[in-house]
Amino acid sequence: MSPNLRIAFRFLTAKKRAMLMSLSCTVLGVGLFIVTQATTSGFEKFFIKAILGADGAVRIEDKIQNTLRTVSAGNDFAVREKEGRKYIDGVEEPRLVIEGLREFPNVIGTSQVIRQNVLVSSAFKNRDSAQVYGINIDEHIKVSDLDQHVTSGSLDDFRQTLAGALVGRELADRLQLEIGESFLVDVRNSPPRRFRVCAIYETGVSDIDKVRVYIHMGEARSLLKKPFGVTFIQVALRDAARAQEEAAQMEETLGYSAKPWQRREKVWIGVFRALATSSGITVTVFTLIASLAMFNTLAMIVLEKTKDIAILRSMGYERRDVTQIFLWQAGIVLVIGAVLGSAFGAVGTWGVSKIPLELHGIIVTKTFQVAPAATHYVAAVATAVVMVMIASVIPARRAARLEPGDIVRGTAQ
Amino acid sequence: MNTASRLPSPASTSPGGGVALRCDGLQRYLGVGEGRVHVLKGVSFEAKRGEVCAIVGPSGCGKSTLLYLLGLLDRPDGGTIAINGEPMSNDDDDARTAARGAHIGFVFQFHFLMLEFSALENVMMPMRKLGRLTSAEMEARARALLASVGLGEKTHRLGTQLSGGEQQRVAVARALANQPAIILADEPTGNLDAKNSGVVFDLLTRLAKENGQAVVLVTHNPEIAARCDLTRPMRDGVFV
Repeated sequence: MSPNLRIAFRFLTAKKRAMLMSLSCTVLGVGLFIVTQATTSGFEKFFIKAILGADGAVRIEDKIQNTLRTVSAGNDFAVREKEGRKYIDGVEEPRLVIEGLREFPNVIGTSQVIRQNVLVSSAFKNRDSAQVYGINIDEHIKVSDLDQHVTSGSLDDFRQTLAGALVGRELADRLQLEIGESFLVDVRNSPPRRFRVCAIYETGVSDIDKVRVYIHMGEARSLLKKPFGVTFIQVALRDAARAQEEAAQMEETLGYSAKPWQRREKVWIGVFRALATSSGITVTVFTLIASLAMFNTLAMIVLEKTKDIAILRSMGYERRDVTQIFLWQAGIVLVIGAVLGSAFGAVGTWGVSKIPLELHGIIVTKTFQVAPAATHYVAAVATAVVMVMIASVIPARRAARLEPGDIVRGTAQ
Repeated sequence: MNTASRLPSPASTSPGGGVALRCDGLQRYLGVGEGRVHVLKGVSFEAKRGEVCAIVGPSGCGKSTLLYLLGLLDRPDGGTIAINGEPMSNDDDDARTAARGAHIGFVFQFHFLMLEFSALENVMMPMRKLGRLTSAEMEARARALLASVGLGEKTHRLGTQLSGGEQQRVAVARALANQPAIILADEPTGNLDAKNSGVVFDLLTRLAKENGQAVVLVTHNPEIAARCDLTRPMRDGVFV
C-alpha cells in the first residue's frame, strides 16, 4: 500500500460518522440511479417488444409516385410544377414487393395485411368501432408474436374456422365476448357478416388490444370487397434495431413507403426517452447530495488535520502528496460506494420487478417492468465518480496549498 | 530538473567542512498592511555537525520564524540558506520539500504526532516517503530508534495512548528516521515537566552527536540552553 493511500485510509476511518454519511449518500445515489434507469427503460423495452411483436419492424405501404418536376425548355422558358411526392394507398402487387424484400438479407419474414375500419356489434353492445385485419395466419405469425399473445382459445381453431376471428382482450371485454361466441362486423355498403371468436389475444399495447380483430385474408377480401392488393406488408427483421436504415433502402429500391417501427412509434418512444432523462436528472440529485456530503467530510478533515498536513510537509511530503491523500479518501468512498451502490441497485431492481402494478394505459402489465443493463451501472458509477471527484478537488487543493510554516506558527488561513 | 539529483548528501555521506547549515542576511516580514512586522532583520547563522546550538530570546524576537526558515518550511524575504553548501532558499517548493525530507528532522513543541498512527508508523512515515529502505529495513530502523528513546515496548501504541513525554520521544525518533544532517527543534521540552525535559534533551543531543548531526533548538529554558555547545541570544530580529 502506498504511503499516501495508507494515510488517506486512516484519516477517513478516524472520521467514521462523516465517512459513513458520505458513503451512504454515494450508495443511495448509485443504487437509485440504477433502479430508476432499469424501470424507465424496462417500460420502454416492454413497449418496443410489444410493438415489434404486434406490428413488426417495418411496414411497407403506399406506393410512392414522384410528381412532375420543373422542366427547363431553354431561353428562360420552363414548365413549372410543384416538386414533391405523392402516395397511392396500399400495395397493388404484393407478390412483386415480397420478391423484392427477399433480396434484403436482414428480412426474415413478410405478411400481407388488409386493414379497414369497421363497426362491430355483440349481444351486449352495438356498433362499436374496430379495425379488421385480414391476414394469412401462418404467414403472419412469422412476422409477429401473435401466437404468443393468445391468452384464451386457440390458433388451430382459428385456422380451421373460415369465419373465425382473433379478438383483442380489451375489445372482447367491451363487447363481453367469450370464446365460441359470435359478433357482427358491419362495413359500409355491405351487409353485416357474423364471425366467431376463436381466440382472444393480448399484446400488452392497449391501442391494439382495444380495436383490432384478425380474420382470414379470404374473408377479409370478400367482406371489404378488395379482391386485389393489400393495405400493407408487415416485415420482420433479424436485427430490428437496423429498421430505419433497412426501411430507407426498401423505399429506394421498391418504390413504396417503408415505415420503420422507430418512425411509427416516434411519439411514444420520445415520451419514454424523456421520462428516462427526467428520472436520470432527478436521481443525479442524489449523487449531487453524495458529492456535497463528500465535500463536507473532506473540508472537515482538512480543517481538523492542518497540523498533520504540516507534519507531513515537514517530513518531505509534497503538495501533490497532500492532494493525493485527500483524493484517495474520496476514491475509497467512491469504490466502496460504487460496489455497495451497484449491489443495492441490483437488489432494488429485482425487488421493484416483483411489485404488482396493474397498468392499462398505452401498455398493459401486471408488474413493474425492469430492464437491467450494464450501461446503467456504468452510467451510475461514472456520474458518481465525476460528481464526487469534482467535489473533492476543492478541499484537496486547499489542503495542498496550506503552508507548513503558517500552520506551525498558527497563522494558517 | 530532477529534484533528487540536486539534493545535498545526507549527514553520513556529506563532505567535510563541518557546516551543515548556513544562512546569510535573512530577512522576514510577517503580516500585511499596518500589521506588517519586520521579524528578522538580516540574520546570519551557521550550524556545524555534531554541535548543539540553542537559540534563546524573549517571545516574539523571531526565534521560531528563523527556525522555520532554516527548515525550509517558510520562504525568506531576503538572504540565503544553504544546506551542506547547496543554496536552497530560492528553490521551488518540490526541491525544498525533498531537501526537508532527506536532510532535516523536526521536533515541535506540541509533539505533532499523527494520532491515528502507532509510534512505529509515525517513525516509519518519513522513511516511507523517502523510499531509500525496504519495508522490513524501515521497520527495523524504526524499532531501533524507538528502543533508543526508551519506547521499545510501546511501538504499537497509538499517539493517543502515549504520555506527553513519550510522544515527544517518538517525535525525536521520527526526526532522526532519515538520518538527516540537521535536527531543528522548536521548544522541544517546552511542554514537558523537568524530568521529561532532561530525558528528551539528553536523547536528542546524544543521538545527534553519535550520528554527527547539527542540532539547532529554540528554547526558553535556561538550563537546557546552558547544556548546549553554543547559545545564540536573539532580540528584535537579530542575534545579540
